[in-house]
Amino acid sequence: MSLILDIDHVSKTFLQGGLLSRRSVEAVKDISLQIEAERPEILSVVGESGSGKSTLAAMVLGQQLPTRGRVLFDGIDVASIHGRAEHRAFMAKVQPVLQNPFEAFNPLKRVDRYLFATAANFMSANGRPTRAEIEARVDQTLVEVGLTLAEVRGRFPHELSGGQLQRTAIARALIPDPRLLVADEPVSMVDASLRMSIVNLFGSLRDRLGLSIIYITHDLATAYYISDRIIIMKKGEVVERGNARDVLDNPQHPYSIALKNAVLTPEFA
Amino acid sequence: MQTESLLHASDTAVEPMLVVDRLKAYYTTKAFGIDRDIRAVDDISLTVAKGEIYGVAGESSSGKTSLIKTIVGAIRPPLHVVGGNVRFNFGGQAHDVYSLRPDELQAIRWRHLSYIMQGSMNVLNPVRRIRHSFYDFAFNHMGLGRTAFWDKVRDHLKKLDLDPGVLDSYPHQLSGGMRQRTTIALATVCTPEFIVADEPTTALDVIVQRDVLTMLRDIQRDLGSSFLFVTHDMSVHATVSDRVGIVYAGRLVEEADTPTLFRGARHPYTQHLVASLPKIGDTTRRASLSGRPPSLADPPSGCRFHPRCPLAMDICSREVPAMTNLTPRHRVACFAVSGATS
Ligand SMILES: Nc1ncnc2c1ncn2[C@@H]1O[C@H](COP(=O)(O)OP(=O)(O)OP(=O)(O)O)[C@@H](O)[C@H]1O
Ligand SMILES: Nc1ncnc2c1ncn2[C@@H]1O[C@H](COP(=O)(O)OP(=O)(O)OP(=O)(O)O)[C@@H](O)[C@H]1O
Ligand code: SF4
Ligand SMILES: [Mg+2]
Ligand SMILES: [Mg+2]
Repeated sequence: MSLILDIDHVSKTFLQGGLLSRRSVEAVKDISLQIEAERPEILSVVGESGSGKSTLAAMVLGQQLPTRGRVLFDGIDVASIHGRAEHRAFMAKVQPVLQNPFEAFNPLKRVDRYLFATAANFMSANGRPTRAEIEARVDQTLVEVGLTLAEVRGRFPHELSGGQLQRTAIARALIPDPRLLVADEPVSMVDASLRMSIVNLFGSLRDRLGLSIIYITHDLATAYYISDRIIIMKKGEVVERGNARDVLDNPQHPYSIALKNAVLTPEFA
Repeated sequence: MQTESLLHASDTAVEPMLVVDRLKAYYTTKAFGIDRDIRAVDDISLTVAKGEIYGVAGESSSGKTSLIKTIVGAIRPPLHVVGGNVRFNFGGQAHDVYSLRPDELQAIRWRHLSYIMQGSMNVLNPVRRIRHSFYDFAFNHMGLGRTAFWDKVRDHLKKLDLDPGVLDSYPHQLSGGMRQRTTIALATVCTPEFIVADEPTTALDVIVQRDVLTMLRDIQRDLGSSFLFVTHDMSVHATVSDRVGIVYAGRLVEEADTPTLFRGARHPYTQHLVASLPKIGDTTRRASLSGRPPSLADPPSGCRFHPRCPLAMDICSREVPAMTNLTPRHRVACFAVSGATS
């Protein structure tokens, strides 16, 4: 059994506060988690706001180094990745969709530039792609998320709606055909109908192309609908884990139970 | 009987807090030397009563944020108002947003109105601790001494499940949801009369979200504040909104009291939106709408929903359905409901 992702006892501690109020925050406490290479899956990460979900994602992406423990992607310690070439090889296989698209995009840079640059970078497997090939690839991934290149071309981030920007971020991440997508609240600003079409897209990429997805979300209903496994986090720890349906049908930990009970439904109308 | 007629009398006598009248606002951009209008807000009328929570929902990119920006007067080129007007009523006095001088508008924003922008963590200065944002933003407007001010701020943060320690942090040291709550805290600590919020709870877990909504409800209940807020989360509307308006491609297509909207929606788009909500325990494959959201630069003719509508008739691609009252508080713009002859 080979592992595509092996999160091995990782912890992350941050220092915060002023001179007089300095304190350390244990954002992630000793979390382990594996995804098998032969069994692509959608793994949902849900839990309290501030419980360490984005920090865990940042460590998987090599954007934060663990204070303890290590993250192996396809057998390689993510912390050991250095230099442009290694970094690029890693990013061809692991792609992020960052939380809050308004912060994720540089406000002074047109969003289509990100898309073209990503395509130019990662389509070079069969020689240098032509402009037309690049545009075709970009348009194709945008169409999968309900947009077109025509709608996005030349636009700055603030010229797109929240949901358009979020969908552009997803499209960008899919351009290289990665093996692992780390998606932090990827559809939080998208209406229910488009949201379902995007999680259906995630499901079909898993089934067709063997893409694994770490799906960080506050939306327990889509986590239930699409994911294979789930972990529930609180204060840096995983308080419950297992098959997504089993856990959400019948949560055991008091926090998981409270979380499920707090879900709002349209029946309250 | 008597109370009923009394209620009715006061209903009509009291000016709404907000009147939006036939509002049109477009983004005019130049592409290849040709002016192009993106008709993001196209003839929208609505009112919000004192103490009312008015919810807005609709498809991504249908113009909700543009509507909100236009209402609060946060209008920057290429966005511009093409027609209609917006009136707020504060302290028995009407204020026409588009005839105010910039400094008058600014003064009203400070005193009566608070606007929480979508993804708006950028109101927090990235290079200063959160404490300074609160001081700069709120201290002068609250008329409290320093100790009382900070006590009030800490109290308020706790209602949003935030440790007062966040005051000593920089924005980047907080999680997405913590930043979002900090922004809400900033916008509400002065307890404004009118709160406008655009997707305020997207980064919150459901427990924290419940507490945030409770805090907003308390402000509404205790001070009679009004709310206009956008969220795509229909369950949030079901829980807190008194009335809901549904926007599709720059137009309001249906509006009703919340229970009516969820149980008796008449517009095919609203019906689809309500039916597409997934539930825990349900794994049946959900169909989403066919086709893509329409381009607002070149919207479909007639009823803008017609290319995707299961009930579309001949007339739908030719004429724009007028907003029609089914009851005094339920309006819908659809030929299948109002009859194609009207
Ligand atoms: N760069 C940083 N410096 C200091 N503290 C940080 C930093 N990044 C995160 N933290 C702290 O780590 C904890 C976990 O934050 P994280 O962003 O991982 O939470 P989260 O689960 O993603 O929350 P949310 O759902 O609100 O986005 C928080 O207490 C946060 O304040
Ligand atoms: N500054 C701008 N210049 C040009 N077009 C813009 C600008 N801002 C927004 N738009 C366009 O106006 C339309 C409406 O956008 P708006 O942000 O109002 O949508 P929304 O309903 O809030 O969507 P979401 O739910 O995704 O946030 C979109 O097509 C968007 O691309
Ligand atoms: S007016 Fe016609 S196209 Fe529009 S929603 Fe009604 S039936 Fe459908
Ligand atoms: Mg986060
Ligand atoms: Mg918006």
